[in-house]
Amino acid sequence: MQVKLNGEIREVPEGTTVAALLAQLGVKAQRVAVEVNEAVVTKDRYDAHALRGGDAVEIVAFVGGG
Amino acid sequence: MADTWSLGKHTFTSRLLVGTGKYESFPTMQRALIASGAEVVTVAVRRLDLSKTGAESLLEWIPKGMTLLPNTAACFTADEAIRTARLGRELEMGDLVKLEVIGDKRTLFPDVEGLVQAARVLVKEGFTVLPYTNDDPVTAKKLEDAGCAAVMPLGAPIGSGLGIRNPYNLRIIMETVKVPVLVDAGVGTASDAALAMELGAVAVLMNTAIAEAKEPVLMAEAMRDAVAAGRKALLAGRIPMKLHASASSPMTGLIGS
Repeated sequence: MQVKLNGEIREVPEGTTVAALLAQLGVKAQRVAVEVNEAVVTKDRYDAHALRGGDAVEIVAFVGGG
Repeated sequence: MADTWSLGKHTFTSRLLVGTGKYESFPTMQRALIASGAEVVTVAVRRLDLSKTGAESLLEWIPKGMTLLPNTAACFTADEAIRTARLGRELEMGDLVKLEVIGDKRTLFPDVEGLVQAARVLVKEGFTVLPYTNDDPVTAKKLEDAGCAAVMPLGAPIGSGLGIRNPYNLRIIMETVKVPVLVDAGVGTASDAALAMELGAVAVLMNTAIAEAKEPVLMAEAMRDAVAAGRKALLAGRIPMKLHASASSPMTGLIGS
């Protein structure tokens, strides 16, 4: 299935969870925050939250700013 | 007694808050943060660059014990700012947010309508909201009424280094609201920071003035000293300005009189 990840279309296996997506990307879950369809997915739900085709996923982190 | 100040449930001693943007390198940033003596540092929330690993490493360079203040910089609508604030909270697991809703790309002046709107929503969600706002007392009052923990009027446009352009409005804001007033943005050099504190600001927030100085670490130290000096001068109470001289040495007992 396809999801929109940080603005780009990406193919992921059917039923991919947020936790699985982060693992696949090699991203440390502790250092990022995740939003699916404009709603935050809290860390305790990464394992349970399965993505659906067409989901808009945002993975963000802190960067330098004022 | 220690001269402390508070934001919601947080209490601080340092009255200088600093940003983490625009540094040439993380090591320089880290040394500048330490030299500034700041207890609060601002950070931005951005899409993770998935093309490179370690893109999320900023936090490793922020000294332990510093309180993170996530911002909503570059958000142009209340909705974007609200979403960004929620993501920032999820990243930081704290309640502080520097709320920015920008209305104009060239000046980065706030969209005060969107700002007040976003502030109301975030306050209801339990955030300690610190809004970056215009030097407008009416807006400052609306933000206070919305439940913001402080108001942060600009001294001048972000990154401009123009200093405190409207000291009178800042004073009126300080008279108008009961929440802490922090001057955020516009500081160019140490005297600007001292002036902000002499006017009665509870604290000063800056980024560019330090990060883009020729010697950021030395400038961070200068800002730390200037903020402390301005605060002490405010507490000490300056003399009134007079048009004519008032001699410091006795005018009597002169030889040959």
